[in-house]
Amino acid sequence: MSPDAALLQVREQVRAAAARDMPLCIRGGGTKDFLGESRVGEVLDLAAVAGIVDYDPSELVITLRAGTPLAEVETLLATRGQCLAFEPPSFGPRSTIGGVVAAGLAGPRRASVGGIRDFVLGARLLTGDGEVLGFGGRVMKNVAGFDLSRLVCGSLGILGPIVELSLKVLPVPALERTLEFELSAAEAVVEFNRWSRLPLPLSASSWFADRARVRLSGVAPAVDAACAALGGRVLPVDEAGAWWDSVRHHRQPLLAAREPLWRLSLPSTTAPLPLSGSLLIEWAGALRWLRTDEDPARVRALAAASGGAAARWYGAPGEAMFDPLPPAALAVQRRLKAAFDPRGLFNRGRLVAAL
Amino acid sequence: MEPSPLSPERSRRRRDVLAALAQVLPSDALLGSPGELVPYECDGLSALRQVPLAVALPCDEAGVVAVLGVCRKLGVPVVARGAGTGLSGGALPHADGVVLSLARLNRIVALDPLAGIARVQPGVRNLSISEAAAPHGLYYAPDPSSQIACTIGGNVAENSGGVHCLKYGLTLHNVLAVRGYTMDGEELICGGAALDGPGLDLLPVVIGSEGLLLVVVEITVRLLPRPATARVVMASFDDVGRACDSVAAIIAVGIIPAGLEMMDQGASAAVEPFCHAGYDLSAAAILLIESDGTAAEVEDEIGRLSKIVRDAGATAVAVSGSEAERLRFWSGRKNAFPAAGRISPDYYCMDGTIPRRQLARVLGEIKRLEVRYGLRCINVFHAGDGNLHPLILFDANAAGEWQRAECFGTDILELCVALGGTITGEHGVGAEKIGTMCSQFSDGERAAFAAVKSAFDPAGLLNPAKVIPTLHRCAEYGRQRVHAGQLPFAGLERF
Ligand SMILES: Cc1cc2nc3c(=O)[nH]c(=O)nc-3n(C[C@H](O)[C@H](O)[C@H](O)COP(=O)(O)OP(=O)(O)OC[C@H]3O[C@@H](n4cnc5c(N)ncnc54)[C@H](O)[C@@H]3O)c2cc1C
Repeated sequence: MSPDAALLQVREQVRAAAARDMPLCIRGGGTKDFLGESRVGEVLDLAAVAGIVDYDPSELVITLRAGTPLAEVETLLATRGQCLAFEPPSFGPRSTIGGVVAAGLAGPRRASVGGIRDFVLGARLLTGDGEVLGFGGRVMKNVAGFDLSRLVCGSLGILGPIVELSLKVLPVPALERTLEFELSAAEAVVEFNRWSRLPLPLSASSWFADRARVRLSGVAPAVDAACAALGGRVLPVDEAGAWWDSVRHHRQPLLAAREPLWRLSLPSTTAPLPLSGSLLIEWAGALRWLRTDEDPARVRALAAASGGAAARWYGAPGEAMFDPLPPAALAVQRRLKAAFDPRGLFNRGRLVAAL
Repeated sequence: MEPSPLSPERSRRRRDVLAALAQVLPSDALLGSPGELVPYECDGLSALRQVPLAVALPCDEAGVVAVLGVCRKLGVPVVARGAGTGLSGGALPHADGVVLSLARLNRIVALDPLAGIARVQPGVRNLSISEAAAPHGLYYAPDPSSQIACTIGGNVAENSGGVHCLKYGLTLHNVLAVRGYTMDGEELICGGAALDGPGLDLLPVVIGSEGLLLVVVEITVRLLPRPATARVVMASFDDVGRACDSVAAIIAVGIIPAGLEMMDQGASAAVEPFCHAGYDLSAAAILLIESDGTAAEVEDEIGRLSKIVRDAGATAVAVSGSEAERLRFWSGRKNAFPAAGRISPDYYCMDGTIPRRQLARVLGEIKRLEVRYGLRCINVFHAGDGNLHPLILFDANAAGEWQRAECFGTDILELCVALGGTITGEHGVGAEKIGTMCSQFSDGERAAFAAVKSAFDPAGLLNPAKVIPTLHRCAEYGRQRVHAGQLPFAGLERF
């Protein structure tokens, strides 16, 4: 089926669901079904709304349909020496770019280059009325109207299906090198922050089992100078590449096990929280994965007290994933949801139980 | 010029509003006499003027909340204002409204050098943040040319950029959190010192929302390490097309320069007598390309950049040899707007963005429009990201010239939309581009903007009648354009 025919079919399904007031569950490759509070409704499959619409490497922009597999996008970009700099995790070969953006999860490079929303330039959405609305565009700078193309990042589909995206792409770094240090978690948090304030081409950091690793990316003179400034042990290229891939794509054993896991998004300088368990730190301290038996209420309270948020991945059915929203934010988000999806068709309750 | 007298009804309204505001603000925080109000009648787009009912200048957050409370109760529109350097009439007052100046909320609340963040009030000037961060080797990256005057609150409202945003991003990419109040007086925190949180991410909607959604009272910005060195390559071209080709060639080899700016001959000629930047006045276009990083990295990159521009046909190439020379190279570019003001009684600054590959084509079209409207236009561009700043020169005192300049500008923006670009890259829609919004967005898209506005501001009192045109306004815009025969790009395929 052509992507246009597929889009028409999706639209028909939306219209039919709207007529019957039946909820829809938007799906790309189905690799992130575990993400969100709940999944209700008939599956609205976007996988066939796929394909590259426009890619001109010298513009640093790619425009593509939402169902395009992430792997296909990355392969294409690599042939032109470019990449998605936010290094999104892939939870399987069927992962689609629409799902990547709706999930809003970025990888190891997040703390140095930004998250997904920093690379979204434009998006087209299908509304509950079956109309396609376009926001943002295909250019690097654009402040016409509210920036609704970025609002869909991490929305888990509650505003409606994304059908097309324009993303900013960047050149693949000329060289990468990874350094390793023996440090405690507390020391690593301080050092990561200290190093991040120096003019060094730091592109990723991780701490696990008393080993802190930092990746440097850039042209040789810059990477060499940074290695000389930081010291540490240089990891063999293959080992380094395998490590960052395993963290990025959640193949590292702590992340890979589908057992309850906390994702703690914290101010980067937060000292390790007084919680027992197994810990992996990323993003210069701003992201911490924790497997623990501690009381969930205590974990959430400690994260909140530090100015951050806790999300429970792979929890028991019925267990909340995200922290609750403050009332003022909930009121605005409820009205935003209604603005895009007045009938409440799309991904009901997936991002916020009440929406 | 003396402002024209108010209608009796409006005078009564002003008296009532002033009396109510006087209950919550000290007398030195309230302006209401015609003479006091005149400085607030416009922002940097002086062609649009409107005296407000009153100006409130609270010095703290409680004062901001109190003003919102009074205005909500009386149903009075509120227009937030920073330094008033905006170029799209975003801070243009409402005839029946209050201007809420945030200029006195000008404290840097906290600066954490280890975390690399600063918490600041909205009235802090952009440059002051970098000055405060400098002792720690840090700076705030977005550097609008107006940075000595404009406020961070205004930058957040416009999602402002600068010459370094190709590599370091716009305001959006450098702000972690924004705290503000809705017109209902509810405190709303978007973003945080953590990189993500639960629910929809409202930060990118609030940034660039031009004062329509929230009055921002605190901003958490990211501070970056100051690069060890920076140097600029200045390349001259005898053909604009070749200058554009070398921009594409630089990007194609995988270099993202810290800055990549172009000026045409008219722009160089305007700034040179005034800035003595050393620009090549015989060149049809010059490129300024900045490289930053460690000394070795910069040397390597400068070598590659120089080769690319020479291969693309540059007629002369100079590289800054000292920090003073680097700043001198930039001085002309950074002063392009004031320079336009020196060679012409008035100028109208446009701000469209296009896919980079269309640069030469748009320049050619602007040349034709100069003839058509009998007005000169000089051009500066953020060439790296395709953001154009054509400066249309005119004389507001010459009959019909402003109207011609306005039509000229509208034609340029229509062309940007037709070529797959946008009507504004960084200056905002404000009051100015409300007509061209009708061309860029469909009825459904504009309805979505209106719905988002009312999700934050159901009563519609915050900066009303800006950014989002009504259906009626769009119908009128369409009629005007057809009537004036100004649909020159109707044949182009729309993106
Ligand atoms: C010479 C010159 C050069 C310039 N160069 C650049 C440039 O390089 N890049 C660029 O992007 N822009 C540039 N500008 C435009 C302008 O400086 C920016 O748009 C700037 O961000 C406006 O800041 P301000 O404090 O003057 O805001 P104002 O003009 O006072 O207000 C702008 C908008 O912000 C809203 N606002 C202000 N404060 C708040 C608040 N606290 N809460 C909510 N809303 C608020 C207002 O309602 C208005 O809609 C330039 C302007 C001039 C005159």
